[in-house]
Amino acid sequence: MAVRRRVLPGFSLSLGYTVFYLSVLVLLPIVACFSKAFSLSFEGFRAAVWTERTRAAYALTFGTSLVAAVVNVLLGLLIAWVLVRYRFPGRRLMDSLIDLPLALPTAVAGLVYASLYVKKGWLGRHLVPLGIQAAYSRLAIVLVLVFIGLPFVVRTVQPVLEDLDPEVEEAAASLGASRGQAFRRVILPPLYPALVTGFALAFARSLGEYGSVVFVSGNMPFKTEIAPVLIVARLEEYAYGEATAIAVVLLVISFAMLVLINLLERWTKGGEANA
Amino acid sequence: MPETDQAARRLRRPYPDPAWLRWTLILAAAAVVGVLIVIPVAQVFAGALAGGASVYWDNLFADPDTRSAILLTMTVVPLALVANVVFGVAAAWAIARFRFPGRTILTALIDLPFSVSPVVAGLMFVLLFGRQGYLGPFLQGHDIKILFATPGLVLATAFVTFPFVARELIPVMEAIGDEEETAALSLGASGWQMFRRITVPNVKWGLLYGIILCNARAMGEFGAVYVVSGHIAGQTDTMPLRVEKLFQEYNLPGAFAVASVLTLLAILTLVVKAGLERRRPEGPHVD
Repeated sequence: MAVRRRVLPGFSLSLGYTVFYLSVLVLLPIVACFSKAFSLSFEGFRAAVWTERTRAAYALTFGTSLVAAVVNVLLGLLIAWVLVRYRFPGRRLMDSLIDLPLALPTAVAGLVYASLYVKKGWLGRHLVPLGIQAAYSRLAIVLVLVFIGLPFVVRTVQPVLEDLDPEVEEAAASLGASRGQAFRRVILPPLYPALVTGFALAFARSLGEYGSVVFVSGNMPFKTEIAPVLIVARLEEYAYGEATAIAVVLLVISFAMLVLINLLERWTKGGEANA
Repeated sequence: MPETDQAARRLRRPYPDPAWLRWTLILAAAAVVGVLIVIPVAQVFAGALAGGASVYWDNLFADPDTRSAILLTMTVVPLALVANVVFGVAAAWAIARFRFPGRTILTALIDLPFSVSPVVAGLMFVLLFGRQGYLGPFLQGHDIKILFATPGLVLATAFVTFPFVARELIPVMEAIGDEEETAALSLGASGWQMFRRITVPNVKWGLLYGIILCNARAMGEFGAVYVVSGHIAGQTDTMPLRVEKLFQEYNLPGAFAVASVLTLLAILTLVVKAGLERRRPEGPHVD
């Protein structure tokens, strides 16, 4: 963009207000969080963030988020494919329903998933006799995280799939590629950036998720207790220092994810331009 | 190229998928959406109406704590929404219309709540405004209550939802460009007139879209609000917190009754959103 003469008004007003608002709402609280964490001694910090119970919580948070995000990539690709490539009755309804997890309060998702998969629930009564415990277990956490993360992959893959030029496929066909070859060599590669971005978005969302998981997991220390639940548990014991120490670990991970997602989005946009 | 022509081209494939494959994939996708989304929504309403319509009504409006939770949500959400709309418009104006050092960092900072755990967000406000917090002694000295009261709930909600309006407006404003605004100014309009007559009408659908998303997220916020609320029944329980409390008390019909109202609002959000998307040429995109 060329050098812009500031003919438009309101620069200092709008920027000033933006910076003020972000400072009060974001920077000040983050500074408070880090300064509280630094008020702990190194040994105290380590003792708070690195116990058997916290390690189990990090492993569970990461493990379930990772599994859920991988499942989301597969299901998201399937749904995006069906929505873009095929015309069938109910397509628009399905398209709209995909956004429901973004609009539905997480507490409602937690409540309903906790009720569906118990022994007497609609789905649990068929699954529990088969030995599938999808309530108050790790599987329950994964299931609800899959629900929460579903829109992200669908909505990042869908536009890229729509913009894919049919001529590339035609060229592949005329050069004698089989359907499978064309899918793997021609269709899938332009989708990689979108798939990875969708994965990262779903993964980041899952890492911090609290509202739904607290309903379905049972919150048993060492078994089904995720990191945010542990923070709340420490807070309820008025152990603010320890709660903050664990929060700082999660915050640092969040910042890393934020940087990663920004880089990925730039990559995705580049991919779209090339497609 | 006309839209219909392009759509037709998009469907004309060199490899037309055979019917069996097409229908297997469609049914698989429908099964996923059915199990993950449709059955849970049906369960919400079945659970809420299990005892009949009069029990449902009583669960919603006869319980004073539930009633006050509904009122509290109706207070907190509009306040957070207004704060975020003002912020969103200001941030979008600054970021879309001007180039300044730190612009990229500012843009990235706006996305922060998407990756910070809501529980951590709530904790940060506890550390600031709590009794042992950094501003605690000052607030107590002046008899100001933020934590475990409505202002804390508004702050926590505003934190979690502030990106929505700004993120919708920035691309819309950038796409529209500033020619009309510059023209209005050169014709002698004041800054305020230009804003009211040109800027706001130009971005109104994007603005509305952002407000809808922000509203949906604000009314459903749980983690951050959970930490700052203190769970005083009848005073600081919002609707999602009330759902959790009723669930803990094994009052499932009550929990589902409150949940059904939130679900209806979520469905309404989707309907309005779909309507707005038809008005905007860019089509659907994430958050």
